[in-house]
Amino acid sequence: MKLDPTTLLHKAPPADGAATRPYLTLAGISKRFGQQQVLSQLDLTIGKGEFVCLLGPSGCGKTTLLRQIAGLDVPDSGQIVMDGRDITLLPPAQRDYGIVFQSYALFPNLSVADNIAYGLGGARRDKARRVAELLALIGLDEIAGKYPAQLSGGQQQRVALARALATSPSLLLLDEPLSALDARVREHLRREIRSLQQKLGITTIMVTHDQEEALTMADRVVVMNGGRIEQCATPFTLYREPATRFVASFVGQGNCLAACSRSSQHATLGDVSLLLPAPHGTPPGSALTLFIRPEDLILHPRWPATPDAVLADITKLELLGPIYRVSLHVPAWGAANVVADITHAQLAQLDISLQQRVPVSLNVARLRVFAGEGAQHD
Amino acid sequence: MTSLSTPRRLAASRDETQASLLLWLLLALLVVAVLLPLAAILGQAMLAADGSFAGLAPLRDTLAQPGLARAAGGSLQVALATTALVLPLAYGYAAALTRVALPGRGLFRLLALLPLLAPSLLPGISLVYLFGHQGLLKSWFADGSIYGFAGIVLGEAFYTFPHALMILLTALAVGDARLYEAARTLGAGPLRRFATITLPATRYGLVSAAMVVFTLVVTDFGVAKVIGGQYPVLAVEAYKQVIGQQNFPRGAVIGLLLLLPALLSFAVDRWLQRRQGTQVSARAQPLQPLRQPLVRLLALLYCSAVGGALLVLLGTAIAAAFIQQWPYQLSFTLQHFDFDLVDGGGWLAFANSLKLALYTALAGTVLVFLGAWGSSKLRTAGTAGQLLHALAMLPMAVPGLVLGLGYIFFFNHAANPLHGLYGTLAILVLCSVAHFYTTAHMTARTALAQLDGDFEPVAASLKVPLWRTLWRVTLPTCLPAVLDIARYFFVSAMTTVSAVIFLYTPDTVLAAVAVLNMDDAGDTAAAAAMATLIVASSGAACLLFALLSHWLLARSQRWRRPL
Repeated sequence: MKLDPTTLLHKAPPADGAATRPYLTLAGISKRFGQQQVLSQLDLTIGKGEFVCLLGPSGCGKTTLLRQIAGLDVPDSGQIVMDGRDITLLPPAQRDYGIVFQSYALFPNLSVADNIAYGLGGARRDKARRVAELLALIGLDEIAGKYPAQLSGGQQQRVALARALATSPSLLLLDEPLSALDARVREHLRREIRSLQQKLGITTIMVTHDQEEALTMADRVVVMNGGRIEQCATPFTLYREPATRFVASFVGQGNCLAACSRSSQHATLGDVSLLLPAPHGTPPGSALTLFIRPEDLILHPRWPATPDAVLADITKLELLGPIYRVSLHVPAWGAANVVADITHAQLAQLDISLQQRVPVSLNVARLRVFAGEGAQHD
Repeated sequence: MTSLSTPRRLAASRDETQASLLLWLLLALLVVAVLLPLAAILGQAMLAADGSFAGLAPLRDTLAQPGLARAAGGSLQVALATTALVLPLAYGYAAALTRVALPGRGLFRLLALLPLLAPSLLPGISLVYLFGHQGLLKSWFADGSIYGFAGIVLGEAFYTFPHALMILLTALAVGDARLYEAARTLGAGPLRRFATITLPATRYGLVSAAMVVFTLVVTDFGVAKVIGGQYPVLAVEAYKQVIGQQNFPRGAVIGLLLLLPALLSFAVDRWLQRRQGTQVSARAQPLQPLRQPLVRLLALLYCSAVGGALLVLLGTAIAAAFIQQWPYQLSFTLQHFDFDLVDGGGWLAFANSLKLALYTALAGTVLVFLGAWGSSKLRTAGTAGQLLHALAMLPMAVPGLVLGLGYIFFFNHAANPLHGLYGTLAILVLCSVAHFYTTAHMTARTALAQLDGDFEPVAASLKVPLWRTLWRVTLPTCLPAVLDIARYFFVSAMTTVSAVIFLYTPDTVLAAVAVLNMDDAGDTAAAAAMATLIVASSGAACLLFALLSHWLLARSQRWRRPL
């Protein structure tokens, strides 16, 4: 696999621009609450029709960023441009977006139809037609006369979505819209929201702390940490080529191995010398961290032909449903403890059990290399 | 980097600008209705008798008067005794209502809240009829000893009982059954359980109730005026100084003294609220009321005794209103309602009171709700919102008598451009709204706080003006609280006597004031008749509001019912 060397050892690469023409541009957004810097010098460009997820642990600033875009708050510095218009200081009513909050904020005293029609003007007949359209869109034609308290969580969520879309805004903001729902409904609605968004082609920004949600729904995921953007990339890139150690450890599972740089493209990992997939650009002798996903560790039924295979002790075997997670102790990799994911078929082939040794090697092409050692978080 | 000078602000939309403006106007109104009159008292307290500035001298002089020290001592004793009497009585009553499967629970609750419908003058009148010189049971208090300490304490107990009860009901209503089960499995008997679980959990409520009772007694003058005889108390002293002797600076100084317990209790209450936090965790198990036959019987007897006593005190005055000549000629008559035969204001006073209560309910509800909404829901509320909220808390700490005095000093000042208001019904409405503002404001804030804070942002994103959301969503969802506020204003304005006693004119005389004046003139039966009218109209208003609320809920609040 060909890798762009600039993405290696690079703290936060600039968003690689949107595929289509930019619709929303955030430039140098900073925000502090008292002593705490919540957003610092944040740049982001979102293309027309894109679905972007803001992903990060709680307190990373993702909701604060959404609030700046929605005009519920004003950034201390920086500029927000939407469709060529500077909206940084405009009140919400003068921007053009629909929003769905975590709580849905459905008006409890209004029927579903009245909730959806809340932002609509014009003649009664036109309103009724638009409401009928939207109810059909979310597949809930039969509940028009009900009140929010009489709906299930999933239904409420869809009504909130229909209300936000009723005025045909050009931007849709979703603040953790699925977090109040149970797992099964959530999974169903993920697909539904995504297909709705693609059907309407509406630019969408969704805040979530659920990486699975972000990876399955978004065109691009913005991973945030400590008020900064760690990486902004497609789900595939994010998973396969995490730009920082934070992204590597926050998104998906992974192993961090302490290694040492030997030459521009070589490193030693314990007793093993590795040819890295790309030059890493650190001087020889400096510390490196090698990151590898559990599915990119290869367990061999027999001693393989590859030169860099080593023996590992199996310490734990966990069934995670479709796969097994094997915990390994690898003396030759500097006594590292790692986990590897294998399928049921592979396990049958390996015929392994606890307290047994097994040859293991790295899928070197999938290695990610970060400067520095030790901790998983910067 | 941007400069550190002024932080950037979002531009306000048109509706937000309008709402901010409204908030500033409401704030200005509160300043005029509460803050400036209070400041006027402070100023007045520093004037000599001839009106020249005298600094702290009048304060020193007044405090040095032996009469004042006696009155302060009297007030203190009466307040302490009443608190000591009411607190255990109300605690037992509240415990019986909340912790025991009491038959007729709703009825007993209603019975205990009845005193709220009456002016504080009424228990005094009843006590006169029961134990006074011509009382049915005058032998119980030999030589007219009811006129004084005993009478005041009994009357104040009647007047303050529902206030203490409401606080204690709230405190006792919540509890965690798991704690009691744990204690029982560890072998703790009923006394130990009470001392280690119930009492600690309700100690804040007890302190709060004690402060309320103490403050109410110190600042009330209705009971002492009617039954107090020569017993000196501060509130009556202030009344005498201002109304009797026209000595305004001395009245002002006493007013400041009356402010002290109220301020103290206000401070304690705020402090308690901060300390209290949440005592009952979300996982608490609801309490199961006690069902043992003996406990239920004892609770029933107790509540019947206490409730019966309250009913007797209320009923005596009402009965006396319809009786020819208490206690000698017990035949039925309506002649005491023919107020033309006596001084005091008569039917005009009653009509004025109805008007005052109606206008206060209307104006108060609108102002309070708009203020609470603006200060809690408006994005651009800012300083105005904070100031309004702070100022809204102040009237709670100001006794009606003090507020009334402040109104005289402020509005009766020749240099005040609002001088024209003096002597009108409008100033009585303003004073009543200000007097009862805090409780109403808190009710509105509580109701508003229960609404999702994202309603306004959602509405703004849909480009719907604030006013429409206020009208279509906020107001309808808060309707029960709004009706509650209106009822509270109506009943309070109907029964109050303390604030308005300094502000009425012969044209704007009020029913409660008429009770006082008739009683003063010796027309006790007419006073009882007028007090009966007040109770009847407050009761009718409560009934009306209950029906209205029921009807509105059934009609427009369909959404509250799940399928």
